[in-house]
Amino acid sequence: MFSTSALVAGVAILVVLAAVAIFLVAESLPAFLANPADISSDGSGFWGLVGPLVFGTIWAAALALLISLPLSIGIALFISHIAPRKLAQGLGYIIDLLAAVPSVVFGLWGITVLAPAVQPFFVWLVDNLGWIPFFAGPVSGTGRTVLTVAIVLAVMILPIITAIAREVFLQTPRLHEEAALALGATRWEMIQMAVLPFGRPGLISATMLGLGRALGETMAVAMVLSPSVIISFALLQSQNPTTIAANIALNFPEASGIGVNVLIGTGLLLFIITLIVNSIARVAINRRKAFSGAN
Amino acid sequence: MSKRIEINDLNVYYSNFLAVEGVSLTIEPRTVTAFIGPSGCGKSTLLRTINRMHEVIPGARVEGEVLIDGQDLYGPGIDPVVVRRQVGMVFQRPNPFPTMSIRDNVIAGVKLNNRKMSKSDADNLVEQSLQGANLWNEVKDRLDKPGSGLSGGQQQRLCIARAIAVSPDVLLMDEPCSALDPISTLAIEDLIGELKNEFTIVIVTHNMQQASRVSDRTAFFNISGTGEPGKLIEFDDTTTIFENPHVQSTEDYISGRFG
Ligand SMILES: Nc1ncnc2c1ncn2[C@@H]1O[C@H](COP(=O)(O)OP(=O)(O)O)[C@@H](O)[C@H]1O
Ligand SMILES: [Mg+2]
Repeated sequence: MFSTSALVAGVAILVVLAAVAIFLVAESLPAFLANPADISSDGSGFWGLVGPLVFGTIWAAALALLISLPLSIGIALFISHIAPRKLAQGLGYIIDLLAAVPSVVFGLWGITVLAPAVQPFFVWLVDNLGWIPFFAGPVSGTGRTVLTVAIVLAVMILPIITAIAREVFLQTPRLHEEAALALGATRWEMIQMAVLPFGRPGLISATMLGLGRALGETMAVAMVLSPSVIISFALLQSQNPTTIAANIALNFPEASGIGVNVLIGTGLLLFIITLIVNSIARVAINRRKAFSGAN
Repeated sequence: MSKRIEINDLNVYYSNFLAVEGVSLTIEPRTVTAFIGPSGCGKSTLLRTINRMHEVIPGARVEGEVLIDGQDLYGPGIDPVVVRRQVGMVFQRPNPFPTMSIRDNVIAGVKLNNRKMSKSDADNLVEQSLQGANLWNEVKDRLDKPGSGLSGGQQQRLCIARAIAVSPDVLLMDEPCSALDPISTLAIEDLIGELKNEFTIVIVTHNMQQASRVSDRTAFFNISGTGEPGKLIEFDDTTTIFENPHVQSTEDYISGRFG
């Protein structure tokens, strides 16, 4: 009875997944095969349009992860191993609450609060560190740049990564923590010796979940950025690459004919990017399985 | 090196619960001292106060003194981290770091003090410590394999190698054989006999034969009931404790009449 329903559920998931994949491929094929001139007026074709989107998607998500990961690990460690129990509980609760905030709200916050607040700081960065390509001018007057988006995304994925990291850190066997302490490790050294290595596979999974959300996030990006079709590493200028998901959301309502196929094609690419990211994570976890402590 | 341990009128509390009361005893260098007694009488608790590991448990605290070569472990300005580098510990269940290779396990503690150890120094120390723990011949061909792949007895000897690699003065062992098969247990007992040439050893054991086989001195602890504090009942040469104890409850315990 149970095994039958498990089988049915498993098959159902596979069928749905296959249906989605077939839909994506079938609907995007026309875009791949179409005459470049039909897709964009400048004749650069599907890849000329989609290249910057793929770049923008990965770039924004990577920046968000770069900001979020150290913070999340720090907060999770603070909650699991440093803060007194009362404080840890309170903090954990706040983080969980943050996870429940809808992305539209983050988008609004990004436009109305964050962008104006960081704009003077961006000006300072361009004036003082403008020689670093990332901070090259001219600075955006609104503060609504890819860096602002990355910060919004970072705040959005922070609760997921933190919550999982905290659970993972709490699972560190007491035995191994005591082993480190008994060797004369300070608390921080104990964390390095026992907690972080033990939590590594879980941390990778947490990171991938966060990254997956950042890659696919639509609303916050669409609201904050006024998109351009460019590939640029500059963080503070008014011309910014946008992401696949935000681009679909912004353009789908008015799209028609081959335009729809192009958008679906970008969706297929997003699907593939996410798949690749997850496979990399799996490889990273499996590579050191013997040292994972899972036996 | 090997040092004398002097415990003076020690009380140990878990928050408000007095777990061990009024223990005084002196442990000479280069001896093996066994702590025996029924479970719950505070053997582990007392053992952990000798390297301040009890402080890992919130609310645990001591009153009284523990001196190592005259220096009070609980004196002002003494860092528990430094204490634990001088007083090593082996636990009931083998606990090599699962994320580290055998080699890295052995030098884990040393690396805390000396991060930039040369490879040859590290190799020497790994070999010497594993030799010291009678494990070298069994693992020398797989030093880069995870420590968790060894048998329980080998893992426990790996933990001993890890503890002696930092050259402590004292080695504490809390029922180190209770999770092991008889053959592994014998291997560890032999090892303890060799280690006492270099270290002061204190071992908690629930196994009376083991206490009589490995120890020079034996301390018998008891509790008068649950919720009561554990107390030191008798402390003497192991032969005296087992053949000619002075206290009735010691005799009752070692002859298996209770506990
Ligand atoms: N972490 C702890 N918190 C509170 N009480 C404890 C803790 N560990 C041990 N105790 C109590 O202290 C007493 C002595 O325990 P323990 O030292 O483990 O005894 P033994 O090792 O002789 O079996 C017991 O009554 C036990 O319940
Ligand atoms: Mg015990």
